[in-house]
Amino acid sequence: MKGKWTALALFLAMSLFLVAGCAQEKKEEKKEAAKTEQAAPAAAPAAGKIILGVAGAHSGDLASYGLPTLNAAKLVAADYNAKGGVNGMQVEVVPQDDQCKPEMATNAATKLVSDKVTLVLGHICSGATKAALPIYTESKIVCMSPSATNPALTQSGDYPVFFRTIASDDAQAALEVKFVLETLGLKKLAIIHDKGDYGKGFAEYAQKFITESGKAEVVLFEGVTPGAVDYSAVVQKIKSSGADGVIYGGYHPEASKIVTQMRKKDMKTPFLSDDGVKDDTFIKVAGEFAEGVYATGPRDISKNPMYAQALEAHKKTFGSDPGAFFFEAYSAAQALLNAIDKAKSTKYDDIVKALHTEYVETPVGKIKFDARGDAEGVGFAIYQVQGGKYVELK
Amino acid sequence: MDYFFELFFSGLTRGSIYALIAVGYTMVYGIIELINFAHGEIYMIGAFTALVVAGVLTALGFPALAILAIALAAAIVWSAAYGFTVEKIAYKPLRGAPRLSPLISAIGMSIFLQNYVMLAQTPDFLPFPRLMPELPLGPLQSYIGSSGVFIILATAVSCAGLTLFIKFTRMGKAMRATAQNSKMAMLVGVNVDRVISLTFIIGSALAAVGGVLIASHVGQINFMIGFLAGLKAFTAAVLGGIGSIPGAMLGGLVLGWTESFATGYVSSDYEDVFAFLLLVLILIFRPSGILGKPPTQKV
Repeated sequence: MKGKWTALALFLAMSLFLVAGCAQEKKEEKKEAAKTEQAAPAAAPAAGKIILGVAGAHSGDLASYGLPTLNAAKLVAADYNAKGGVNGMQVEVVPQDDQCKPEMATNAATKLVSDKVTLVLGHICSGATKAALPIYTESKIVCMSPSATNPALTQSGDYPVFFRTIASDDAQAALEVKFVLETLGLKKLAIIHDKGDYGKGFAEYAQKFITESGKAEVVLFEGVTPGAVDYSAVVQKIKSSGADGVIYGGYHPEASKIVTQMRKKDMKTPFLSDDGVKDDTFIKVAGEFAEGVYATGPRDISKNPMYAQALEAHKKTFGSDPGAFFFEAYSAAQALLNAIDKAKSTKYDDIVKALHTEYVETPVGKIKFDARGDAEGVGFAIYQVQGGKYVELK
Repeated sequence: MDYFFELFFSGLTRGSIYALIAVGYTMVYGIIELINFAHGEIYMIGAFTALVVAGVLTALGFPALAILAIALAAAIVWSAAYGFTVEKIAYKPLRGAPRLSPLISAIGMSIFLQNYVMLAQTPDFLPFPRLMPELPLGPLQSYIGSSGVFIILATAVSCAGLTLFIKFTRMGKAMRATAQNSKMAMLVGVNVDRVISLTFIIGSALAAVGGVLIASHVGQINFMIGFLAGLKAFTAAVLGGIGSIPGAMLGGLVLGWTESFATGYVSSDYEDVFAFLLLVLILIFRPSGILGKPPTQKV
């Protein structure tokens, strides 16, 4: 019997460790960002010329993500140059390869700074971008990424030089929470996720934004196991929590099971989810129960005339369809050059001010940048299942 | 108190499904001491068969109850045929081999069947029609849906039928004899091969019932559904005492309730943690499971 008690004791000790581990998880390490307020003298632009540095993966296994951005920069620069340049200055594109590797990104950034670039378009990967940003921050060079979605890049506040034309990972959650609070006016929310990186990340941002707003409370925050035979217990829990809305982070198989079981229990509670659920399979599987479900999803930009124009330009110049993030990069290049055009200056402060205040028409929509550096008017829209298909809500 | 009963019924529904599948694991183990890891896939195949049959019958305009009955029957027959074939292909040639060989063969069979269904059907999730009719449940509706009632009743009937079959028929007696000692059973004239085939057929049929009912309950299906359900049912069988049929049923229910109450009173994050914690605890104190008998030394 002694052996058994030892086993039990060890087991209990393990369980305690588990609980302690969970508690500690919350404590996020506060990063001490080395913020040099005292900026080095801003790199003076070469007279009569705007140098647009393009950093990203131009070789290596991720080159297919980086090269379309270079193409976009060339097209936009050629466009402006043909019209006589920006404020009479010609635009020169200077590429710098970082292969999406953080250690190469710092080299690339240093090289660009010593080349006295006016602006930087890039980098492509979040990790590389993060590594390069302190260098641009120190030299006060505006850097705009078409593809780095990591939320901390704009939210940490450490990088006032950073802008992007792609919606960050938390933008969906922000949009959804805004919709929940302002349009639906819900007060008590249950947030359920699938414990995965994407689903849980979305759910955590939703929770954060709801709590920060102070207008509603999160009455339930839990993960479910994907693939479990049924979710009736968690549905009961949602019901007894008194939530007047459910936000789900994850993909459609679990979402359709949860919605089906909720509706079968006569719960009319609104159900909201993310672009993992904004998928036609969801409607097919959940059938009539999908009716009325809200989900965020990327906004449809293919009807934008600028989109067609950029696509046409790429086909004409390079003879092929553009690759990943081309339209985001095209938009970013336009936004950068437009800012110089509007500010009539190449000084850092003037460019940033113009980015924050001046709207510009781009393939991803009419955009300007918010205080954090995220593009306003880009990214996601709320959809609702109406009559068996997703309809974009205006 | 309401909340308690809601969770109780939720656990009962889920536990019933585990029990239905677990019976197959435990019977096969009882007879040939093999963990049939392809059992979860048999359950999935049952659900797919019902999906196809129900689709055809709906197109032909059959009434709802007839669709349920025919689809269920087709699933049972088809799954039983699969169970029978799997035994013949994957386990019978390995009858005298070391115990690890049929185990590996079982895992191989499981992966094969998953991929086979994925290629033959689709890797996507498919909607599954609601075959079970809505019952007028009145106040009970808030605790349990009609499909839950169906699942619990079907499990109870299946398990009672199986118990009667094993207790009171000649074949049942032969099964018990084989389980006790297959060599002796063979010597007194029991056709052991037939008994083993029958075990696989009965286990597969019950799994098919479980598959059809749960697919109809949650309204969706894909080729992976057998994996987690099979794993949980296997756990239930071990929990109840592998080799014992009442043990498998009890184990299924206990597991269902543990998960349901863990979700309800702690967090669904901890659903699996508590389920397996329970398993470890029971195995520490009763290594042969709740209703399992410790192996007797044959002298």
